[in-house]
Amino acid sequence: MPPTTAPTIAIVDYGAGNLNSVKKAFDYLGAKVVVTTQPEAVAAADKIVLPGVGHFSALGGLDNTGLRDAVLQGARAGKPFLGICLGMQWLFEGSDEAPEFTGAGIFGGRCRPFPSSVKSPHVGWNSLVVRASSRLLRNVAPDSFVYYTHSFQAPVVAATTAASEYGAQFSAVVEQGNIFGVQFHPEKSWTVGLLILKNFCEV
Amino acid sequence: MLTKRIIACLDVDDGRVVKGVQFHNLRDAGDPADCAAAHARDGADEIVLLDITATSDKRHTMLDVVSRTARGLFIPFTVGGGIRELSDAEAVFEAGADKIAINSAAVKDPTLIGRIAARFGSQAVVVAIDARRVNGGFEAFVAGGRIPTGRDALQWAREAADCGAGEILLTSMDRDGTQAGFDCELVQIVADAVSIPVIASGGAGSAQDFIDVFHNGRADAALAASIFHFGIENIGQLKRELQAANVPVRWPC
Repeated sequence: MPPTTAPTIAIVDYGAGNLNSVKKAFDYLGAKVVVTTQPEAVAAADKIVLPGVGHFSALGGLDNTGLRDAVLQGARAGKPFLGICLGMQWLFEGSDEAPEFTGAGIFGGRCRPFPSSVKSPHVGWNSLVVRASSRLLRNVAPDSFVYYTHSFQAPVVAATTAASEYGAQFSAVVEQGNIFGVQFHPEKSWTVGLLILKNFCEV
Repeated sequence: MLTKRIIACLDVDDGRVVKGVQFHNLRDAGDPADCAAAHARDGADEIVLLDITATSDKRHTMLDVVSRTARGLFIPFTVGGGIRELSDAEAVFEAGADKIAINSAAVKDPTLIGRIAARFGSQAVVVAIDARRVNGGFEAFVAGGRIPTGRDALQWAREAADCGAGEILLTSMDRDGTQAGFDCELVQIVADAVSIPVIASGGAGSAQDFIDVFHNGRADAALAASIFHFGIENIGQLKRELQAANVPVRWPC
């Protein structure tokens, strides 16, 4: 019998910022990851990670390169998909930050700014408010802290398995079938974040 | 609930962690990678590495130190010192930093802030401001506190935020290394003037100093170097004292 081949995780590089930290965390966990700009490499992977920081318009880099179709086809085919930060916001219909770009629309609702009662951006460690059982949050303590840095927030929807509170509650973790998303940065959230990434590796 | 961040700062000179009093009289405190890992285990919310002599010596940031420190560090990691151009920032990000801190180069050319933000996102750009009380106001200094800019620190913080900075790292040069407490007045006027987070720095000496800067200075985060390296204050103990004073912190973590 040949040795079992570890599933390949494609980290989609569409030009939005620095992907080193995400790769470094998966490397640390012993996962087989490839950072790629190529739709073919996304299509060939077993799992897909869509990271992203900055402005929602950065997601235009997906639309212009064929990566959007490759990612959506993989997600529709049932491949485990993890969106991080902007990558999670992309799962919704769109964002007021860049109305001209459409999200994947897998979840209803749009991303909006924080209420004016709080400073924006939301930067730092905030606690999770767990709402439903979740494969991504397996063995994660209910009030765990995770690291955020973002100016827009996704609404709480049926697929929201954990929220965080900043002015109001917003989606921290979404999960529906093979589709996962986290607004925070698991790669920067110490042991809690590594556990969440490990859970994704084991889905 | 969003917590107040405790940031451990590693002032690095020639590959070693040092910490001076008011930027002078440097003392050796160890290997940067070891110090960063120890602080993360102790409960630090972030690590900042400042190459404190890079600008004055016209050297590039020690990328190998950055790379070694970033490896295995899964909390936010900021690097500053000697970043003059977008290409310098790119090299530091490539080596493993999550954010860069710029000071002298941003004063010289504020468009650098926006250029780095456009490529890596505003969240990755920290503008460091070294401020000193001058004639009843606060003046920004550059080059490790050696050169006065003639610019009002508050105005400069506003401009930096408008240019696309993600955070302000605000150091009181009057308090730096003295352990006499943060300059809460300085922190408060800047924190009230900008919507981006303000990290208070300079003067940490006791848990009460942190309580004061969060309650009175309205800081979003507080940074300290010397008290953590030499074991005067353990971060876990500090966080327990902050919790007891109703300052929300990430603890236990």
